[in-house]
Amino acid sequence: MRFRLASSPHQHIRRDTGQVMRLVIFAMVPGILMQTWFFGWGTIIQIVLATITAIITEAVILKLRKRDFERALKDYSAVLAAILLAVSIPPFAPWWVIVIGTFFAIGVVKQLYGGLGFNVFNPAMAGYVMLLVSFPVQMTQWLPPINLAQYSHSFMDALYAIFTDFSVEGFSLAQLKTGIDGVTMATGLDTVKTGLAQGLTYSETIELPIFDSFISGLGVASSWISLGYLFGGLYLLKQKIINWHIPVSMMTGLFICSLIMSLVDSDLYPSSLFHLFNGSIIIGAFFIATDPVSGSTTNKGRLIFGAAIGVWVYIIREWGGYPDAVAFAVLIMNMAVPLIDYYTRPRTYGHSSNKAKS
Amino acid sequence: MQNSFEDIIEKLDNHELWDFPGGVFPAERKTLSNQTPIVRAAIPKHLYVTVKQHIGVEGQIIVDVGQKVLKGQALTKSMNPFAVPIHAPTSGEITAIHKHVSAHPSGLPELTIEISSDQEDKWTKLYPLIDYQNQPKIQVLTAICDAGISGMGGAGFPTHIKSSPKKDVDFLIINGIECEPYITSDDRLMREHAWQIRQGIDVLYHLLQPKHVLIAIENNKPEAIEALQVACRENANYRVCIVPTKYPAGGEKQLIQVLTNREVPAQGLPVDVGVIMHNVGTCFAIADAVFSGKPLIERVVTVTGESIENPGNMWTLIGSPVAHLLTHYEYKQTGQKRPNIIMGGPMMGFSVTSDLVPVVKTTNCILVPTDNEIADNNEQSCIRCSACADVCPASLLPQQLFWHSKAKELDKAQEYNLFDCIECGACAYVCPSEIPLVHYYRIAKSEIRLEQEDKQKSDKARVRFEKREARLIAEQQIRDEKHRLAAEARRHAMKSNGNTAKDKIAAAIARAKAKKQSTNIVDEKPIELAEVPLANKSEQDAEADASTKVSSSNQRVQAAIARAKAKKAAAEVIIAPIGMKVDLDADDLTENKCKTKQQNNVVLNSSPAAKVNSTESNIAVEPTETEEQQIDMKKHRIAAAVAKAKAKKIAKIEATIKENKPS
Repeated sequence: MRFRLASSPHQHIRRDTGQVMRLVIFAMVPGILMQTWFFGWGTIIQIVLATITAIITEAVILKLRKRDFERALKDYSAVLAAILLAVSIPPFAPWWVIVIGTFFAIGVVKQLYGGLGFNVFNPAMAGYVMLLVSFPVQMTQWLPPINLAQYSHSFMDALYAIFTDFSVEGFSLAQLKTGIDGVTMATGLDTVKTGLAQGLTYSETIELPIFDSFISGLGVASSWISLGYLFGGLYLLKQKIINWHIPVSMMTGLFICSLIMSLVDSDLYPSSLFHLFNGSIIIGAFFIATDPVSGSTTNKGRLIFGAAIGVWVYIIREWGGYPDAVAFAVLIMNMAVPLIDYYTRPRTYGHSSNKAKS
Repeated sequence: MQNSFEDIIEKLDNHELWDFPGGVFPAERKTLSNQTPIVRAAIPKHLYVTVKQHIGVEGQIIVDVGQKVLKGQALTKSMNPFAVPIHAPTSGEITAIHKHVSAHPSGLPELTIEISSDQEDKWTKLYPLIDYQNQPKIQVLTAICDAGISGMGGAGFPTHIKSSPKKDVDFLIINGIECEPYITSDDRLMREHAWQIRQGIDVLYHLLQPKHVLIAIENNKPEAIEALQVACRENANYRVCIVPTKYPAGGEKQLIQVLTNREVPAQGLPVDVGVIMHNVGTCFAIADAVFSGKPLIERVVTVTGESIENPGNMWTLIGSPVAHLLTHYEYKQTGQKRPNIIMGGPMMGFSVTSDLVPVVKTTNCILVPTDNEIADNNEQSCIRCSACADVCPASLLPQQLFWHSKAKELDKAQEYNLFDCIECGACAYVCPSEIPLVHYYRIAKSEIRLEQEDKQKSDKARVRFEKREARLIAEQQIRDEKHRLAAEARRHAMKSNGNTAKDKIAAAIARAKAKKQSTNIVDEKPIELAEVPLANKSEQDAEADASTKVSSSNQRVQAAIARAKAKKAAAEVIIAPIGMKVDLDADDLTENKCKTKQQNNVVLNSSPAAKVNSTESNIAVEPTETEEQQIDMKKHRIAAAVAKAKAKKIAKIEATIKENKPS
């Protein structure tokens, strides 16, 4: 009679990695719905494309690495990365953009570094940056929000546009981009950046219809989408999937920087609220920067990590070449994680300091 | 800075407590077993009393196989302050003292005294110490030690040592937390025997003289809280503290933190912060020992889990095999693919390797879950989520410890304070990747311990080696110095005498001649030896001495021939004494034989031939043979020395002659 032998603890909380990932995906639903509402079916199609690519890539590479790919696929980490990338790119971007991006994110950034748990960089953000640098045109083709667009588009339009660059009726992407006022639309951040460059003041640029949101000055689409992701993020906090440290410190970092600068000159520097609710700050704070694998692992370290991302976002937005900067900021701080972790070790019980024993 | 006594009391007066970081809330499942009173079962037929059941050293066994023992009779004796004796849990016969599977995660066999019970359960004579307050403390401590009491909550530290601290004690904390799921033995004990626990606390109070006694019970045991509140009502210095349920609040360090906000320093003891902690079960056992003289031979054990028909608590004799308990509580194996018996709780207990594992003094629970109750470890990659760090009560970084432990970077693991891990299992409990973290830490810890042992060994060896090296170098230096001086002297002599090639040749010839001379002297020796057949080893050694002193290979050969001749001569003599023996008295013979033996021992003869020789010599010569031998040896040495001196003299003379010739 052989006894079953196991090491303690014998009891286990019933939440495995797959469940954690599924919960995160679930928490993204409100944001994704908002995004679909404002930008059409393109987002959903991109998500489907990205998911398929991610699963195939992961399976093939795990097979090549002779790992148990069935079990690895069940952890949903590749799917989550794919979805994060898919919602970051323009909904009507050609199909090969998301396929290349996802392949890069999963195959190179994640698997080549050793798979789940070993990647240095956030796969979704590394994929996004690669796309942005390689295909700047396709990656900045954001359509106007549905309420401001001249032409409405259906699911089939989106499908056609993604695979053929033309809608069912034969409108090109450039035509679809035209707003109701006949002007090609850009994102809020873009608009302000361009406006400021043209010599307008901040308060003048936010008079444009794109900023006609529930609070004046916030991008119509991005503020609602941000709210959707905020809702999901708060759910994750409540479920203790993520810690509060990174989201709070990231938003605080950005908030303080923008507050100081807008106090210095409110004509040139947008308000803190504008910064927080435009672009991808909320999804970044709750879903992207909180990626456990590439983020800091100590609570103190998370505060530093998050705050530094906030500061980087602000610096790049204001003085850098790109309108938004969450991806760059996250990647920059990913590199600093080992250093941060090393210097932010908590004080162990019974030890007088957190310094390592020499 | 640690909190002052007054601050702590003030906070406790306000019914406030501190908290410890981390912690988890596993399903308690305590109602499975705490609904029924503690029962007493039949005495097992065979008991396996492990000799060492505590932290420290084992006592000396004072019983033999086959001996009849009475219940409570000591089986081992405490020879050392860290030795705690064990006692016969029931009357019967000792059937074996051998290695038996132990109540240890490894299951490695340990020295165990096996007792066959006679079912009479007859007590030995007991010596209570009822007026303990009027006895010297050492008497009370001795009674506690002799009763074999060691901590019954977890590690099993000898209680008498813990009860005689060298520092002042602010708080005596009585640990009735029992934070592990499923276990209810302390709960039931407190409910049913609060009074006796209080008596035990009284004894400890007398011994330790603390400023205050804190009895800590988790708020999920209202009945136990009430029972102890009633029992301790009369003493204002005793306070029952209701601690919020959180695992591992019952850990010694964590409980101290919760009650006093003091932290036991790393590698320190609770008494360093003015705290002594005892488990409620230990208090009960102390009262038993002092007031009725009963040694620790039984304890309450919870038998629970969904594979047990009627879970509950049982007074279990120390040494009862697990199988005995399972039979009593009706173990049904249907829910388990393979038998799975856990000794201890689900968080820190260990799987037993056999159902013959005996209950020891620290065994509080036998958990027999169904497979559904207990998760299989299905280890996946760490996703660095740090859920482990969030729940670690020691504020460690379990994840980093895991990497370093797994990668065998033991120094790094120690840098992250691996040894401050209390192995509570909270980290592994929450890990979404189901990594058996504690298992990795245990391996790393034991590897580090082994490494340290090895290091100690190699350090010793290194010291020895270095000393040897130093000695060799010193000897070499002395030799070199000698050689240098000799060489100098030679050069000096050469210079003063001129150094032509002819001189050298002359010197060589002189040397050769000198050799020849000395060889002649050696040649004479065998005759001497043959005449006196004293061919034992010491003699040969002397011979060898003589021959080595005359240092030339040629001479050595000669000497060897001489030796061989001597041997031959001796062997020839053997034949004669056979006849001689007949003439000898029997007394003489035995006397001589004895002597021969002695002789053999002294001279360390090894070859049979030599033995024979020495026997012969003993028979042949007078009892004063050793003296003679010495004289002989001296003679040889003198002869050799004389020969050498002669040789030198001749060599010198010849050298001077030759030197003079050319001039």
